[in-house]
Amino acid sequence: MTAQRDWPLFEVFLRGKRGLNHVHVGSLHAPDPEMALRHARDLYCRRNEAVSIWVVPAAAITASSPDEKDPFFAPAGDKVYRHPTFYQIPDDVPHMLEVWL
Amino acid sequence: MQGQPGQWNEHFEATIAHDRRIEPRDWMPDGYRKTMIRQIAQHAHSEIIGMQPEGNWITRAPSLRRKAILLAKVQDEAGHGMYLYSAAETLGADRRGMTEMLIAGRQKYSSIFNYPTLSYADVGVIGWLVDGAAICNQVPLCRSSYGPYARAMVRICKEESFHQRQGYELLLTMMRGTAAQKAMVQESVDRFWWPSLMMFGPPDDQSPNTERSMAWGIKRHTNDELRQRFVDMTVPQAEKLGVTLPDGELRWNAERGHYDFGEVDWAEFKAVVGGGGPCNAERIARRRAAHDEGAWVREAAVAHAEKKEGQSRNHAYPERTGLNADGPR
Repeated sequence: MTAQRDWPLFEVFLRGKRGLNHVHVGSLHAPDPEMALRHARDLYCRRNEAVSIWVVPAAAITASSPDEKDPFFAPAGDKVYRHPTFYQIPDDVPHMLEVWL
Repeated sequence: MQGQPGQWNEHFEATIAHDRRIEPRDWMPDGYRKTMIRQIAQHAHSEIIGMQPEGNWITRAPSLRRKAILLAKVQDEAGHGMYLYSAAETLGADRRGMTEMLIAGRQKYSSIFNYPTLSYADVGVIGWLVDGAAICNQVPLCRSSYGPYARAMVRICKEESFHQRQGYELLLTMMRGTAAQKAMVQESVDRFWWPSLMMFGPPDDQSPNTERSMAWGIKRHTNDELRQRFVDMTVPQAEKLGVTLPDGELRWNAERGHYDFGEVDWAEFKAVVGGGGPCNAERIARRRAAHDEGAWVREAAVAHAEKKEGQSRNHAYPERTGLNADGPR
């Protein structure tokens, strides 16, 4: 008997600790999502790297194309008025910070 | 795709010139892609084959503590191989294809793993010298121009420092032991010193691809630079340990600010890379056997996944299939 199909590719995302986003760390092959989770634990969490794991079939991801980079992201390019630094406020006005955090 | 090939190349060159990273779906020259796949695949294969020399000692480790450490280390090597295969796949390399190339002997792995591990001291010396040399090679690769490779290297380097330290600690322990244990360490150092220096590859004047790889940010230092760095790092560690490195020409050169050392036996290096090392055939045969013996597990996992998929489909749409989860297959 030969394998009917190769194990599909899953992308792995980890939440390092509570309060942080899940972040992409790499990928792995697994026969199904459940095994992908177990493999992700063994492969990417050998040293307490995560409190939560997401695995996503790579085929399910829709990505922007790098070739479209300029036109696709262009709408944000010329809107400087979306940034707090666009506005001139006298220095002596209190509690009007450019960055609040 | 928009634009002309010339523009894509310009964009690629500009990204490299600004020391920014190339990401998987960016346009890149064929030569860059091929070189990168070859380098990452070789590196992945080295991690996978690298499990064997030390794995040889897991059942014979002298204590439960040493066994647990060795198991964790060999597990890490498997993990490193997986990170790297995953990085190579982002360039279009096929996982199954890479494994097949390895066991067919059509892709290489580091020549160091073609030397046998004859004594338990070899576990310590591999950690100290072989992983030490690997770290020298790998730390600069954390700044590789190819993003997924660089990110995998960051993860790997963090884990390698455990490997090097456990090796050195093991040797320190043995050097505090009996005369026979000390002799065992020295004998192991004698065998592994020169092959460790070979890990950096041929001398710069015989490494034709270095220049282009440096220009593309695939390599950050030449082979000879990294070899010198490793020697400079290691000599004081050997002194602390109380072992002699087997090189009569090894001495401090105050003028250069580096250690001078003897000539590596490049004929031996070529022979081992070419398949004539002491363990080449054994390593590949073992890898092939593991692959073949694991086939039923891979098949069973797929069969299980397909069965479950069928069940959940039937469960979700019982009216469509006329079956429920417990129904006949």
